Amino acid sequence: MLNKLSPVFLLAAILLAAAIPAQAKETATDNYKAYCMQCHGLEGNGKGVNARDMAVMPRDHTDAKAMSGRSDEMLFKVIKEGGTSISKSNLMPPWAGTFTDEEIKDLVVHLRTLCKCKFGT
Amino acid sequence: MQRIIFAALLGISGAAFADSGILNKDCVSCHNITGPAAQTLKEAFAKKGPALFYAGNKYRQEWLVSWLQKPQRIRPAGLYYGDHIKIGAKSDEIDAATLKDHVVLSKDDATAVAAELMQLKAHDDLIAKEKIEPGTITKQNGEMNFDKFWGCMACHLIEPEFGGLSGPELYTAGKRLQPEFIASFIRNPQAWEPKTWMPNKDASNGSIQKFVQYFDVLSRESANAK
Repeated sequence: MLNKLSPVFLLAAILLAAAIPAQAKETATDNYKAYCMQCHGLEGNGKGVNARDMAVMPRDHTDAKAMSGRSDEMLFKVIKEGGTSISKSNLMPPWAGTFTDEEIKDLVVHLRTLCKCKFGT
Repeated sequence: MQRIIFAALLGISGAAFADSGILNKDCVSCHNITGPAAQTLKEAFAKKGPALFYAGNKYRQEWLVSWLQKPQRIRPAGLYYGDHIKIGAKSDEIDAATLKDHVVLSKDDATAVAAELMQLKAHDDLIAKEKIEPGTITKQNGEMNFDKFWGCMACHLIEPEFGGLSGPELYTAGKRLQPEFIASFIRNPQAWEPKTWMPNKDASNGSIQKFVQYFDVLSRESANAK
């Protein structure tokens, strides 16, 4: 019985999978453009279009000295859980509802290309 | 448009028609009126105007009628801010030359289009989950909740000259939006628009109710009349 039905179930599963659009993974470049640039700036220097009235200026992602003081784990945490999770400003929101963990990992790599730095260097 | 002219000649208000034709003919070039919402950033970047397929659950009809006759920009830096900013002396600035004005409608056309938009009711299920609790808040406490506790001013203006520029202004939100939509969108922005720039801040229901009350207070200030 199971053997007879299995192809039917398999076909149904394939059709169902095809009908549900998979949430495509976005590139770190596009995610940065969409979500980070508004505060961290076109050049990633912390001078975004939203920075004008902020009490705490957004992090300059091109500042190798400051960025090398942040571990990859800390960068992952602050992106996912927001500024307050590392005792920083709540103007940096949590992005857990926007990015997958994999996308956040890619963003951490992207940040390292912007600062041209690694943790502790 | 011919239909409207014909109606005008007959002395019949455009609002008398269930379908003015404007929405399906003219608005669709910039607005998504059928859904689904943008599922990828590529689609989100390409949007020219906000999605309207849930307009009937989002906007206040009287605001639509008024705004369509005298449209003023709600998002200072456009729908996708990245297309409308440039490097400035102190920080990135809005590049006003890249922004386009919304088309102006006559009173009859605005009334007809607003009536049609109110029929677009996607996400009734999300609206049904919201219960707006009666109450009020002082402007000071509302601002404290909005700015200090939640940091929302990073992206939104709470006064014409104070706040972030990438999101929609919020000092007119109380006039513009239905309270249930405000609550639902803050509670889970991605349920409405998977690729919205708005983060889910996991706000408590109590805070969400305060946001709704605060926007109402802001929208009643004469300085914010629009």
